[in-house]
Amino acid sequence: MDPRRAPRTVIDPKVRQVGFFAPPGRSHSAPPEIVSSSSSSSPPVSDLSPSGNSLSPVMIPPPRHSSDNRPVPLPPVPASPLRRDSIVSGSYNPSDFFTATSPTASSYVSRMVAVGEGEVSDDVAAVLSPGRGLARGSLVKAFAAPAVTGASSLPSGGFDLTAVKASSVPLSGLTTVSVVNLPPGIAESNAEKTGGGSVEVQNDIPASSKPQKEKSTKAERRALQEAQRAAKAAAKAEGSKGPGAASASVTQAKPAKSAKAPSQKNENASVVGSEKKGGDRAQEKDRKKDVPHPRMQYDDKSRVEKAKRRAVVKQTEARNRVELFRHLPQYEHGTQLPDLQSKFFQLDPMHPNVYKVGLQYLSGDISGGNARCVAMLQAFREAITDYSTPPEKTLSRDLTAKISSYVSFINECRPLSISMGNAIRFLKSRIAKLPLSLSESEAKASLQSDIDRFISEKIILADKVIVKHAVTKIRDGDVLLTYGSPSAVEMMLLHAHELGKQFRVIVVDSRPKLEGQLLLRRLVGKGLNCTYTHINAVSYIMHEVTRVFLGASSILSNGTVYSRVGTACVAMVAHAFRVPVLVCCEAYKFHERVQLDSICSNELGDPEAIAKFPGREENKDLNEWTNSENLQLLNLSYDATPSDYVSMIITDYGMVPPTSVPVIVREYRREHFWI
Amino acid sequence: MWWRSASFILDRQLQDDAASSSKPESLSLSPPHFSSMADSFHNPNPNPNSTDTISAYYQTRAAHHGVVTSDWLAQAQAAVGGHGDDQAVPDPESRPVSGEQGKPFCVIDEFNNWRKQPDLAEAVAAIRALAAVIRSSEATTMMELEIELKKASDSLKSWDTTSISLTAGCDIFIRYVTRTSALEYEDFNSAKSRLIERAERFGEISYKARRIIAMLSQDFIFDGCTILVHGFSRVVLEVLKTAAQNKKLFRVFCTEGRPDRTGLRLSNELTKLDVPVKLLIDSAVAYTMDEVDMVFVGADGVVESGGIINMMGTYQIALVAHSMNKPVYVAAESYKFARLYPLDQKDMAPALRPIDFGVPIPSRVEVEKSARDYTPPQYLTLLFTDLGVLTPSVVSDELIQLYL
Repeated sequence: MDPRRAPRTVIDPKVRQVGFFAPPGRSHSAPPEIVSSSSSSSPPVSDLSPSGNSLSPVMIPPPRHSSDNRPVPLPPVPASPLRRDSIVSGSYNPSDFFTATSPTASSYVSRMVAVGEGEVSDDVAAVLSPGRGLARGSLVKAFAAPAVTGASSLPSGGFDLTAVKASSVPLSGLTTVSVVNLPPGIAESNAEKTGGGSVEVQNDIPASSKPQKEKSTKAERRALQEAQRAAKAAAKAEGSKGPGAASASVTQAKPAKSAKAPSQKNENASVVGSEKKGGDRAQEKDRKKDVPHPRMQYDDKSRVEKAKRRAVVKQTEARNRVELFRHLPQYEHGTQLPDLQSKFFQLDPMHPNVYKVGLQYLSGDISGGNARCVAMLQAFREAITDYSTPPEKTLSRDLTAKISSYVSFINECRPLSISMGNAIRFLKSRIAKLPLSLSESEAKASLQSDIDRFISEKIILADKVIVKHAVTKIRDGDVLLTYGSPSAVEMMLLHAHELGKQFRVIVVDSRPKLEGQLLLRRLVGKGLNCTYTHINAVSYIMHEVTRVFLGASSILSNGTVYSRVGTACVAMVAHAFRVPVLVCCEAYKFHERVQLDSICSNELGDPEAIAKFPGREENKDLNEWTNSENLQLLNLSYDATPSDYVSMIITDYGMVPPTSVPVIVREYRREHFWI
Repeated sequence: MWWRSASFILDRQLQDDAASSSKPESLSLSPPHFSSMADSFHNPNPNPNSTDTISAYYQTRAAHHGVVTSDWLAQAQAAVGGHGDDQAVPDPESRPVSGEQGKPFCVIDEFNNWRKQPDLAEAVAAIRALAAVIRSSEATTMMELEIELKKASDSLKSWDTTSISLTAGCDIFIRYVTRTSALEYEDFNSAKSRLIERAERFGEISYKARRIIAMLSQDFIFDGCTILVHGFSRVVLEVLKTAAQNKKLFRVFCTEGRPDRTGLRLSNELTKLDVPVKLLIDSAVAYTMDEVDMVFVGADGVVESGGIINMMGTYQIALVAHSMNKPVYVAAESYKFARLYPLDQKDMAPALRPIDFGVPIPSRVEVEKSARDYTPPQYLTLLFTDLGVLTPSVVSDELIQLYL
């Protein structure tokens, strides 16, 4: 099938634009943020504009914002750590300040105050815009106009371009790193000055790379200095956030072409990685100090250290970690199991069933999204049965904490799948919603029945509905291709066979797991006509295929199918051959997250598995290679299939196009929680 | 078809088995030729002769729109030859219904009465027929009424499986009935009259929908544009009529619309409006496409993927338009939204229609009689519906909200 939404160029309808719309070359949303984020420290941020529109060293907010601004009073000084945190992170991570700060002048002012941290803020504000609280944008404009001096044209265009650039940067920490590039001298000087804020960069860059920026007025330079001082004070006050603030300036700086020292890059990488969640970090910290985030960034050293201290499972880190995947846990496999088994009796807080399930995940005895989810829920169910509220504690709080500790244990054994995450969210919301009037046994019983219902309605019944829908798409004479061992597809194939449909199945498999062999065994056992092949042959075998049926670990709200690694390849080949690709996935695996590639969130399997060839003698060479520094083994577990390659998603709500995933997530998210 | 990979042998074996068991006569008719193998392999319906009924939907359309109606039907019957007896096929299906109901009233007769009106859409006729069911029903509880309605709609649907708007109309009405549970009304009779009223209003809605669509689409028709139109669609005619009334200057290319020549009828209507019209034969679409500014088509049904099912030839026009970057606009009322999801052309119940070639066709030559095709959403630009101007992906959103 073709991409569902082919790129439209001329074919686009002539859309009447109503109300506000930006003239071409301007981004709709970005300019105000840029104003708010950068003007706090110093006006001439526009000379950092990556597109090099250097003619306007002065920031001039677009007129409509200045008019917006007028009635906004000074917001309260952000005294709370949370507020400060979000703002500080905003100063060097575009993704954060876009969310953290609001486009109006209120944020503009608040940032100004925040940087000054109460001390110098008045000066800054006074210098920048004497009539604080009034029409700031226009005042800044008026004030800045003389400063432009030689730089004549396009005063607003300059920062608009920065805005476009900044907002077009993908919002992942990884990509932000690549933006962080500076001329070496500046970068180092920034790194040395601890509390720089973004001011220094803006001071330095005009000096070094853009000579014409020296034509700033005295007042402006003074403003810079004041702001700089303010930022330093702020950074000092922040203390613990030292490294973050130090490199804060760097991200904002212009992405010049020069390379940086690798060590510094790493530092930045870790910082950006950790700050990815900038806004809610402090909140998170307060809320659950003991539970590491399920999607912790493993290239953040300090957090990994903390997590390690708490960890039950002793993990040895892999020697050669794959550079691009440093943010994912990469451990030596095979060492944890005996260690854990020996520790069984020392771990009193863990429920034995949870423990068992964790070990089964670790050893790979339970795999497959549904199986893992059901096993986990049943373990929790047992744990709830054996649970009794300790004295002077409430059930809902204590049990939630308990479940959280179980979850973190399971997460250490094997990273949670998205479906498990959804199930846990469901369970926790059920616990939170328990009426206080219930007695303990009643509460436990209601939770258990909730778990049972989740399993039966969202997994078992859902599979039945999926099978019912999918069977209608099988005609006599079809050649169906499937990849790996998706449980829903297997049920569907068996059901279609029972119905007496005449079709042939091609099972495509891949190393190292070879899950397809199990599926093949079961299908052939039931008398289906099967072909077994390797993924290498998929382009050859695709000629004869009429339908491709795939499973999914999760479906994200942009329609991306997150599934066993290799699925994207199969889907792509099928798409190239115009073979419809049908994805069978229960709706509880849908997630509102959006993911564009397989890098930023994934799971790494045992690297040894791909280096080893069972039953072959001549593979000794590769075993020795694994000790080499130059060899990094990457065994990805999942990949992301773009929605273009998917013709149809079969869920318990019927057959929908991949563009409708967000609709289902939106319409039924609540139902997931309330049941 | 030439198979590049070797395992086609398996398929041939299967095919041979199936052919030898189920269709001995077809083997005797045609030699086991490779291409016929492949064809029958791809045919979703291995035994087309048994279901070779002429689609009732297209018969109605022909009766309504035909430039050549009555004699054409006669011709068609003659051309199809031995299939006159197949006309009786619907009857045995409708009979058990009336038997079950044990009443003289029959949904299908009612439906047939309604759909004789040329200006009434099929879905509206179905809903009116269902309203008549409610009226004549002797049920005393909501549940009973629901069951009765369900039966009636099932019999309507099975009477003509090829009509998408009939199915969609039935589904929507049943949906409405089940959604408005009796709980909302104090007693059964008021609920019943409410339902009947609602069914009556559907007819108005259908007229109103056309007006809304015509108004919405005015923004897209600009002076001096050339519009390619395929088939005869009441909505598209309404759109063009409104544009002409708004003093827009445009010209229209009409395809001929073989075999029922619906394009001729449309061009007749348009000349009455003083719109410059040019008639094209169906195969001249690509030739004229570079002059065309936009393509306007109606739809028999809008499916869940956002694609449309429409008169044969729409798909190829959309393909040509897409490759030349011309926008393809679809005008369709929202009651044509159907919970179908065809994956490809053969994934639908085929609606067959007789085709007159003017000369006798040798009996061994197969004729593709399907009356409609499926246009995938990526070839459509926008859908004009009474819900607004939608991109194809919104259709599924609306359907999910309607049905789930």
